[in-house]
Amino acid sequence: MTLMSYLEAGKRALAEEMRRDPAVWALGEDLGRGGVFGQYKGLAEEFGPQRICDTPISEACIMGAAVGAALVGTRPVVEMRFSDFALCAIDELVNQAAKARYMFGGQGRVPLVVREPVGMWRSSAAQHSQSLEAWYAHIPGLVVVTPSTPADNYGLLKAAIRCDDPVVYMEHKDLWPLEGEVEADGEALPLGKARILRQGGDLTIVAWSGVLRTVRQAAEALAGTGVAAEVIDLRTLYPWDRETVLASAARTRRLLVVHEAVAIGGFGGEIAATAAEELGVRVKRLGAPRLPVAYAPPLEAQCRVSEAQIVAAARTLL
Amino acid sequence: MTRANIDVERLREHFRTMARIRAFEEAAEAGQKSGEIRGAVHLSVGQEAVASGICANLRRSDYLVSTHRGHGHTIAKGADVTAMMAELLGKAGGTCQGKGGSMHIADFSIGMLGANGVVGAGIPIAAGAAHAVKLRGGSEIVACFFGDGAVNRGPFLEGLNWARIYDLPILFICEDNGFAATTRTRSLTGGPGPAARAEALGIPARIVDGNAVEEVDAAAAERVTRIREGGGPQFILAQTYRLKGHTAHDPATYRPAAEVEEKQRRDPIELCRETLLLRGVPAAALAADEAAARVEIAAAVAAARAQPWGDESLAWRDVQDMGAPA
Repeated sequence: MTLMSYLEAGKRALAEEMRRDPAVWALGEDLGRGGVFGQYKGLAEEFGPQRICDTPISEACIMGAAVGAALVGTRPVVEMRFSDFALCAIDELVNQAAKARYMFGGQGRVPLVVREPVGMWRSSAAQHSQSLEAWYAHIPGLVVVTPSTPADNYGLLKAAIRCDDPVVYMEHKDLWPLEGEVEADGEALPLGKARILRQGGDLTIVAWSGVLRTVRQAAEALAGTGVAAEVIDLRTLYPWDRETVLASAARTRRLLVVHEAVAIGGFGGEIAATAAEELGVRVKRLGAPRLPVAYAPPLEAQCRVSEAQIVAAARTLL
Repeated sequence: MTRANIDVERLREHFRTMARIRAFEEAAEAGQKSGEIRGAVHLSVGQEAVASGICANLRRSDYLVSTHRGHGHTIAKGADVTAMMAELLGKAGGTCQGKGGSMHIADFSIGMLGANGVVGAGIPIAAGAAHAVKLRGGSEIVACFFGDGAVNRGPFLEGLNWARIYDLPILFICEDNGFAATTRTRSLTGGPGPAARAEALGIPARIVDGNAVEEVDAAAAERVTRIREGGGPQFILAQTYRLKGHTAHDPATYRPAAEVEEKQRRDPIELCRETLLLRGVPAAALAADEAAARVEIAAAVAAARAQPWGDESLAWRDVQDMGAPA
């Protein structure tokens, strides 16, 4: 095991997959200089400018070209810089990548990974802070992955690159420096499997990505008052691990879903509704208010789910 | 190459290909009008010379990316017309198992990577296919068809720029039929037009009479040779005319009858026939070619009709591996 950052772990996973499979290549803006966050630093030196491909600021063509390149047998890793910019490539992702295999009757596959850094980070304001994972989970054909630790960013990115489906891979910008133990030259992790971070019998809290740090703090606070929360990191939003979540909720009979994304229409609603339908348990969702993310810290904070909110929401379920 | 010196056998082959496309389109139109063919069908009647002239210069291993008006390109690239007609009829034996229909017709076995229901969306996909060919050091080229309406979409600019900066083996063919859906493209397009836009991005462009198949063929031959020799992306603007409406249901009353009559005199099949007659091919031989095309397509329609619908389970297949619907 090696201690490394979430950012390093993703870079390492990509480098190993590129060494393993010559069909893997990456394309996106500024990749030759390491990418906007440094998550590709050094890769152009090792793999050359053809496989670490610097592109123009042409999101639609980056994604569309990746679709074409995937259809003829390569495995592109697309960097979208900020998930917000991927909205310039929605036709290419939703109408093309997600549909090609199906509408051509299985003649082709689109094994691409779209890396979309998400979330609030350093007062980035309304166009660089969004968490739109629920949109993609809604689209048949797409896989949606939201790693929250260095080990997951390593193992899940490897799995995403090996997956024959188009994968929307959402790294949280605020997690780049997060350090953790990663098994170098390790295995890919299975997609679609959640992880229980903390066991408890009083309620189940499901979350993913950056907000998990706040959820863990809230679980600690709850534990201090004698409430044992089971915390589940969903890790993959589609396909989501119904088995793990429902087994936990069946035990605790109370389910709280927490996400950084806007609560209305968020993926938390899908999980809560499923648990209510399947188990008849009490459910609650927590997410951002339906506001664009503001710039000034006290205004931006209006969109952040706080530890106090999580604790209060948990208490209403008890 | 002029009309006088094109190889007569090659021109006759074009005549046959165009006749097959025409017969297919007429059958598709009839099927749509009877309700047997559902969805939207966009006919390429009047534009057959572009498909035939370009695709005659492609190898089976070369790639083709098409548009919503893609039957002609697909036939000219060598697809099986029975499988194509079965696709239009939604049958399981269709090129896409009846899951795509006219707008998503594709045949990967001949490098045909798909028609597209979104105008201009094929351009980045074609660029990416060419990019992959270059990455793996392949010898294939990519032919990318799009219409005049597509040049006002962002992916046109992005895709052409992409092909230029990476120096990709791709032939762009702007099939200018005069109409963006049901509006004259000229009234909606700033500047001198598609060829100038390509040139502005550093891609050599050539304008041809898209109804004169020998001209399209000659231009394509020259451009394809350049691409195969490593000359990078090339552009052909083929000026043609859509003799039918935007869809098979569109009567296209937005244009004067006199204009359509005049354009019908420049029907690419008739122009080709005139040249072949001048070159000594008997009229009866050409009529026989057309009759053979109609017989072939009628047989394709009958065979496709006789095919069963796909099992309902087909609707659930080929969505994705991870989290496949159950």
